[in-house]
Amino acid sequence: MWLFLVTEIMFFGGLFMAYLLYRVWYPEAWAEGSLELDVVLGGVNTVVLIGSSLTMALAVRAAQKGLPRATVNWLLATVSLGGVFLVIKGFEYAHKFHAHHVPGPNFVFEGPHAKQVEIFLSLYFAMTGLHALHMVIGFGLLSVIAWMAYRRRFSPEWYAPVEMAGLYWHFVDIVWIFLFPLLYLVDRAHQSS
Amino acid sequence: MPGHVAPRSTYLTIFATLMVLTGVTISVAFINLGGLNFPVALTIAVLKATLVVLFFMHLKDSSRLTKLIVGTGVFFLFVLFSLTLTDYLSRGWETFAR
Repeated sequence: MWLFLVTEIMFFGGLFMAYLLYRVWYPEAWAEGSLELDVVLGGVNTVVLIGSSLTMALAVRAAQKGLPRATVNWLLATVSLGGVFLVIKGFEYAHKFHAHHVPGPNFVFEGPHAKQVEIFLSLYFAMTGLHALHMVIGFGLLSVIAWMAYRRRFSPEWYAPVEMAGLYWHFVDIVWIFLFPLLYLVDRAHQSS
Repeated sequence: MPGHVAPRSTYLTIFATLMVLTGVTISVAFINLGGLNFPVALTIAVLKATLVVLFFMHLKDSSRLTKLIVGTGVFFLFVLFSLTLTDYLSRGWETFAR
């Protein structure tokens, strides 16, 4: 599982590299673009996602101690919090579509760096979209694990699938830990408006 | 793989710390520190990620092989960033040399 996660580091790493490079090239556009994102929604989502990591860790702990019912409950809590995250993300996306801030032929942006802001928003959608896709895959994983726990398939001697699913979920959380400051927060203070 | 079971308080403490760091990174983002905003935000993010990896993902109690694998992944991520930026950031330099 760790080996898989290392490949995932490089998968997301490429996108972070693209982000870094364009940020070096177009710092003004990056500042303008990050102002377009909603800090409150992003902040709430950060709390929600880290909270889901907590419930995931507690699910693994319950599995280690051989408590199947608690394992199922914590897993369901994790999936619910993940669901909240995606719903909020959906609202953010909907707002972007409504404001014509989705890169493409319908992109409209007032400002001197519109073209570069479009690149910023392209990266925003690519990175958060890939992240959201990972969460959807995580839902599938956690559902299977929860079903197995419900069927009493795990014991303190053998709970590896719960642990592996946990590692995956925490990894997705870590990606967001980097995405949130880089996309929502960075350069916010440098805009006087 | 029966392993070490961490007490519940560990997870709650880590979660609380992560929340505090989230609060700090949001507040700092609204203060103009000039060129320091980016490094500060990144440092806090790295700190948070380290806490998640060590405690939520149990790397602290994992085998040396696992730690080596994670270290390798992070190392090559740095290779990707540093080599690419070495190229792009130094492209304008030759004009100064002449």
